[in-house]
Amino acid sequence: MENASIFVIMVSAVLVNNFVLSRFLGICPFLGVSKQVETAFGMGMAVTFVMTLSGIMTYLVDKLLLSNYGLEHLQTAAFILVIASLVQFVEIVLQKMSPTLHQALGVFLPLITTNCAVLGLSLLNIQYKFNLVQTIVHSFFAAIGFSLAIVLFAGIREKLQTSDVPKPFLGFPIALITAGLMSIAFLGFTGLV
Amino acid sequence: MKIKNFTNGLVKENPTFVQLLGMCPTLAVTTSSVNGIGMGLATTAVLVCSNMAISLIRKVIPSNVRIPAYVIVIASFVTAVGMLMEAFSPDLYDALGLFIPLIVVNCIILARAEAFASKNNIGDSMLDGLGMGLGFTMSLTILGSVREFLGNGSVFGISLLGSSYQPALIMILPPGAFLALGVLLALYNSRKMKKAN
Repeated sequence: MENASIFVIMVSAVLVNNFVLSRFLGICPFLGVSKQVETAFGMGMAVTFVMTLSGIMTYLVDKLLLSNYGLEHLQTAAFILVIASLVQFVEIVLQKMSPTLHQALGVFLPLITTNCAVLGLSLLNIQYKFNLVQTIVHSFFAAIGFSLAIVLFAGIREKLQTSDVPKPFLGFPIALITAGLMSIAFLGFTGLV
Repeated sequence: MKIKNFTNGLVKENPTFVQLLGMCPTLAVTTSSVNGIGMGLATTAVLVCSNMAISLIRKVIPSNVRIPAYVIVIASFVTAVGMLMEAFSPDLYDALGLFIPLIVVNCIILARAEAFASKNNIGDSMLDGLGMGLGFTMSLTILGSVREFLGNGSVFGISLLGSSYQPALIMILPPGAFLALGVLLALYNSRKMKKAN
């Protein structure tokens, strides 16, 4: 992946290696905040915002601090701290600068700290040895892939509410089966890049 | 120390089947029984250690910075467990890959720290961590075994169905994780409903 072109990274992040459906990152918000398309969209936007920023921040922290001083073993601890403080910071800034945006994304922001997609993305960026431009593109489009999956899933779940589901399958089981079928559909993109 | 704290996590409050916590590793690494049990035990080790540590320092941490403090404690144990695993079972370490550092953001660990270890003494916290961890390990092993059985015809790497079996490869691909857990949860629900009647 080191020399992958921008376009390949884009397609791979959104479709082929979709964060939710093939990498299993960010399952908690995917299952938890997907009952309505509108909230799913809000969550998707909040995640996109935070993931892009945190992708860049953790890249810089790793390049400027950790690998410079041979502290790679502190990666996990350093990244999670950067992400947690970043989320807090974004929340404070949004509250001051744009109350409307804060109102739209506000409830989702605290949830994002424990979203494994954010930490997973940062670790993947380092693992793939991306440069800064590749990191930005990968972070942004991985988040777009997450948003795509959660919005589609919410659309299906809205329809499911009116259908006749066997009793033991009500709630989470049928949601998981739906996600499984979506995942099969996304499997069709394998081999695209 | 109460034994109830230990048994709670095994069945009644099973993290996977009842509380639906820690879904990412549950779905991602259960392509075989061995991976399931490995991930479960790694999580258990972190959970027991972090529960004990947090219980010890619970009176020292100011309550408004407790979450970052917990996260740092957890992250240190995760790093330690990851290094031990890399040294002593490199194959498993490679198979679990990204999901070892991601134990940090496993909701079960932070949830137990916040809900249990921050309020109870060290012995009870250890038992709670052990129970929850083993409950998690059990669910992961079951899910891993079901997927390996259907997708590869074997359990724990031992072939059970002979060479004439056509494995359903889909079960060890990503969609199989969602489908298998969905069906297992439905089975669990239907048993619970029968019991209630």
